[in-house]
Amino acid sequence: MDLKELYQDIILEHGRNPRNFGRCEGFNHEAKGHNPLCGDQVQVYLKLNEKKNVEKLTFEGSGCAISMASTSIMTELVEGKTFDVAKNIIDEFLKMIKIGSEIKTKDLTEDQKTKIMSLSGVKKYPMRVKCATLSWHTLVSALDGKKIEVNTEKVD
Amino acid sequence: MNIENIKSQFPIFSKKINGKPLVYLDSSNSSQKPLNVINRLDEFYKNEFSNIGRSIHSLSVNATNKFDETRMNIKKFINANSKEEIIFTKNATESINLVAATFGQQNIEKGDEILITELEHHSNYVPWHYLRESKGAVIKFAPINDDGDIIIREFEKLITPKTKIIAITHLSNVTGTIVPVKEIIDIAHKKNIPVLVDGCQSAPHIKIDVKDLDCDFYAISCHKVYGPTGVGILYAKKEWLEKLPPYIGGGGMINEVTKEKISYAQLPEKYEAGTMPTAEVVAFNESINFMQSIGIENLMKHEQELTNYALEKMQAMNSVKLIGNPKNKAGVISFTIKGIHPHDIATILDEDGVAIRAGHHCCQILHEKLKLNATARVSFGVYNTKEDIDILCKAIKNCRKVFELK
Repeated sequence: MDLKELYQDIILEHGRNPRNFGRCEGFNHEAKGHNPLCGDQVQVYLKLNEKKNVEKLTFEGSGCAISMASTSIMTELVEGKTFDVAKNIIDEFLKMIKIGSEIKTKDLTEDQKTKIMSLSGVKKYPMRVKCATLSWHTLVSALDGKKIEVNTEKVD
Repeated sequence: MNIENIKSQFPIFSKKINGKPLVYLDSSNSSQKPLNVINRLDEFYKNEFSNIGRSIHSLSVNATNKFDETRMNIKKFINANSKEEIIFTKNATESINLVAATFGQQNIEKGDEILITELEHHSNYVPWHYLRESKGAVIKFAPINDDGDIIIREFEKLITPKTKIIAITHLSNVTGTIVPVKEIIDIAHKKNIPVLVDGCQSAPHIKIDVKDLDCDFYAISCHKVYGPTGVGILYAKKEWLEKLPPYIGGGGMINEVTKEKISYAQLPEKYEAGTMPTAEVVAFNESINFMQSIGIENLMKHEQELTNYALEKMQAMNSVKLIGNPKNKAGVISFTIKGIHPHDIATILDEDGVAIRAGHHCCQILHEKLKLNATARVSFGVYNTKEDIDILCKAIKNCRKVFELK
């Protein structure tokens, strides 16, 4: 297996310089995620407007290159989307990582699709899948306004 | 000692991992198994299998004798007084749970103190936490310094008239610190406090003499000592095992059962309820034979040389930060690399066939103290060589290449 499939330039770059890092102003949803196996933590801050569109999406946390890049890319792709579109993108991402499905949504530009697909190499590394999916599960929790912390050992 | 000969006794090293020869540096997690142990398991299941102790037929008599031989050999190996002091459990975790539960039931009341250290593995913290929850006990953590050594003076200060038991590791699975347990046991015994030693990491690497240490309890996991999974050992002074209540109830641990009352079996059966991992215990005898064929002094010398060699080479790499610098260090080296998370290090090393561990190594208290979420860890077994360390160091350099760091 070629490590470059996993550690693509785009992942290394987002891992080093994560976008939308920090707590955004005026957030009205937040959720915490935790991976008890490695101790990684992520906190997602979300501002939904009155139409339930994702106006702002930021995060705080620490973790490996895969988890930082995955979270950074997630915030870029989901910001500005409607609630339903956001949910659909998350769904497609999780299916891509777990069963290798293609990204079919028309709500992402080709450029954005390239970004999200840069993470598809993770599915060949079963022990690293949770690194990539933790923040996405946490975002679901934030969108749904759930109060409990996301725990990678308790989600699929 | 011919180390190549030792490596050749382990069939796994003829396998390739990701197309590369296996460099196994995760022995603190679990050791690989020599052929004599694997063969013994195989032979026992093929030709000798029976449950022990219950039947009169020949197979059962033989199995019972072989099971007992391992117990006798362990008694000699750790220099216990009698075979009644050797209890078979599932692993060191169960051994510690056994002591926490039975000792706690009899001796811990609300406000009583249990003294452990910041070095402890979760398995020497969580069982005591149960007593905090169920009995209102207080757990105190003896601090370590930046080198990863327990500060003995601070340790002494934490002992109070309410301290009922002390539980300490013999060897840290993160910093490799060899803890001066004899000194701590002396301090504790002067105040009549019993001491449990978590010997999970020490048993494969240093000479264990429970009589010399004078510890009250000593816990071992056989799978880390070149043995099969599913077997652990609890050494305990006979007076404790006689005094404490039984732990798991069931067949084999009783003397007489009536509708009104139950009396319990003699030692060691009192603590061995239900069918034991018979074949695994029998095969563990071969693990002890393997260690003795090398000689524990030779093994220690070899692993010390490896550790010094690895420390020297790793220290020379500017990007690598070693965790802890204890006075006496065994072959466990935790480290971080600037700009690369330990999980990424482990994935990249694995591509080169180098198996290490990344994470908190079941020591979250220690990692909190170190202000780190995770570390990468290499740990040695007797089969490792200097060449393994050269491959490791090359693989570490490759991490920076993959991450395009200068």
